[in-house]
Amino acid sequence: MADPILEIRGLRLSIRTDEGIAQVLDHIDFTLERGRILGLVGESGCGKSTVIRAIIGILPAGARIEAGTIRFNGEDLLELGEHELNTRIRGSRISFIPQDPYLALNPVFKVGSQLLEIMRWHAPDSSTRRGRDKRHRDRIVALLRRVQLPDPEAALERYPHQFSGGQRQRLVIAAALATAPALVIADEPTTALDVTTQQQILDLLRELAVEFGLSMLFVTHDLGVVAQLCDDLCVIYAGQLVESGNTAELLARPRHPYTKALLACHPDRAVAFSGIPGTVPSPLRAGFGCRFAPRCSDVRGLCITRRPHLMADRLGRRVDCALYDMPERVTT
Amino acid sequence: MTAAPAIVELRDVTVLLGGARRWLRAVVPPVRAVGGVSLTVRAGEIIGLVGESGCGKTTLGRTLLGLQRESAGEIRLDGVCVSALPPKAARRRRSAIHYVHQDAAAALDPWWSIGRTLEEGLRIHGIATAAERRVRVDEMLDAVGLDPLTRRRYPHELSGGQLRRVALARILLLQPRFVILDEPTSGLDMSVQATVLNLLLELRKRFGLTYLFISHDLSVVRRMCDRVAIMYLGRIVEVAEADQLFAAPRHPYTRALLDAVPRLDPSAARPVALHGEPPSAARLPPGCVFSSRCRHAEPSCREAEPVLQDESGHAVACPRWRDIGPAVGGRAKNPVLALA
Repeated sequence: MADPILEIRGLRLSIRTDEGIAQVLDHIDFTLERGRILGLVGESGCGKSTVIRAIIGILPAGARIEAGTIRFNGEDLLELGEHELNTRIRGSRISFIPQDPYLALNPVFKVGSQLLEIMRWHAPDSSTRRGRDKRHRDRIVALLRRVQLPDPEAALERYPHQFSGGQRQRLVIAAALATAPALVIADEPTTALDVTTQQQILDLLRELAVEFGLSMLFVTHDLGVVAQLCDDLCVIYAGQLVESGNTAELLARPRHPYTKALLACHPDRAVAFSGIPGTVPSPLRAGFGCRFAPRCSDVRGLCITRRPHLMADRLGRRVDCALYDMPERVTT
Repeated sequence: MTAAPAIVELRDVTVLLGGARRWLRAVVPPVRAVGGVSLTVRAGEIIGLVGESGCGKTTLGRTLLGLQRESAGEIRLDGVCVSALPPKAARRRRSAIHYVHQDAAAALDPWWSIGRTLEEGLRIHGIATAAERRVRVDEMLDAVGLDPLTRRRYPHELSGGQLRRVALARILLLQPRFVILDEPTSGLDMSVQATVLNLLLELRKRFGLTYLFISHDLSVVRRMCDRVAIMYLGRIVEVAEADQLFAAPRHPYTRALLDAVPRLDPSAARPVALHGEPPSAARLPPGCVFSSRCRHAEPSCREAEPVLQDESGHAVACPRWRDIGPAVGGRAKNPVLALA
């Protein structure tokens, strides 16, 4: 537990909107250890995608990082300029698997030329153009074969619309691996797929992670997918980290009231259909306290005014909830 | 359940889409979207229709509604034949059947207030005066758990869960008896999904509805439906009571589908994934439609298309299901609760 590839500390981020300042992320903390898969889980609008955008530096206009650090291999990404991010980090050391592969591929170019362009851009070398293209092409064909795309040589000559949803996802996974990245960020890569295809893609990702020694940040809203793929898990609610730890341990013994409520909604566990009463608060009127407090069944007076930031225990388990803020519970 | 009369019956319904016979050019054969589907829906039940994208679930729903004309077969509503009609006449004869669109936001006019949208249906059906329409809309908003003030709002002001409620209110105003719900929970968060499903159950009781629940989410179907039909490439491959189907699936496709659902228990055994992808509906494999991906396929499977064989309420379209051994992935009811 001592070799973090990605370490986010105290990340606070706000976005200026027409209606005021929205506090989108409030003190996000997590660590991705090298060679592990970390699941980032939350409902829509909780800030999962904003965390990713902050890591790769593609925040929307009006966004401001107020505090915190994002360390990748020990280097704070927030201090790097656009040029450095482009040449050294984005696409080459950190690559991205999007939710919708059809939007990520250009419909008017052949798949082969798009994949080769990624290689040319991120893996430049001094050899002659023909020799380099040949090498890049061979690597791509090998990767497409590895992601089990049928007939990889012919696939290079086809257009994105000629592939099915599952095949397009395989293409994008191959593209993400093309530059031998150290970290792969996947944003709900299986949400748009059918269950049997989803199972194939999850199997593939699990194999590739071992084979290529990948560290992966896997964003999803599906706890079942997390249980099947991720080593560790981080639950976010309305821009606040609520609970993190080892996946199996966390799912078996959730502590935070939100995690408990969320798991109780899952059809695998629910005794009857019960939602969580109330709605997610607007980030425009965020107070200082726990944002789950208005919906929490175990709320205390303190919860509204301040929020505990507990340390992780020996097993790396952390719960940001006042209920666990008692001296005997905190272990460092 | 068996005592309830059938509300909708399908007999060998086939829907062919597209296809063209053009002068001096090659004939384009039609695509078989739904192939010989027979299904009986009993009054008051929730029947799930499950399958992957492109398997014909939505086409079947549209055909029931009368928007898509069936190419062959018979549809009966309350025992009366309502098939073989042009779309307009079909829709009139089937006014007891209504449809809730899968994308509630896309189904509502962004320029119309919720109140106007809801009153439109009543106006088209010539119901009552403006004052009475308003009373009915208010009652219905209350029934689906929305504030009466919602009538003045516009679709973009509402959340996904609220839009679903509006979509439900809109069709319930027309007093349907049979409602086709197309992916009623797609795109909703887990906590919102549960409240929408609860509302559906409550409305069914209150208005005496029957649901055709089209979904690809097996965990939701399992909890919601009385009976479940599994579809693959336009064919129904298995129909059974939900408990029975999930506890002891028979068709190899059903088994693969159930195995593919990610479970909350990380220590659960990971079954082998189904290989390949469904073939295109334009090039169906000969014989059993699943034979091209089935682990247990034999040459005999590719000779004739198997028909649904009913056996004490559990119908399966695989003559060999007994030979392929019991299902491996029988899911425990609450695997994680048992663990905790």
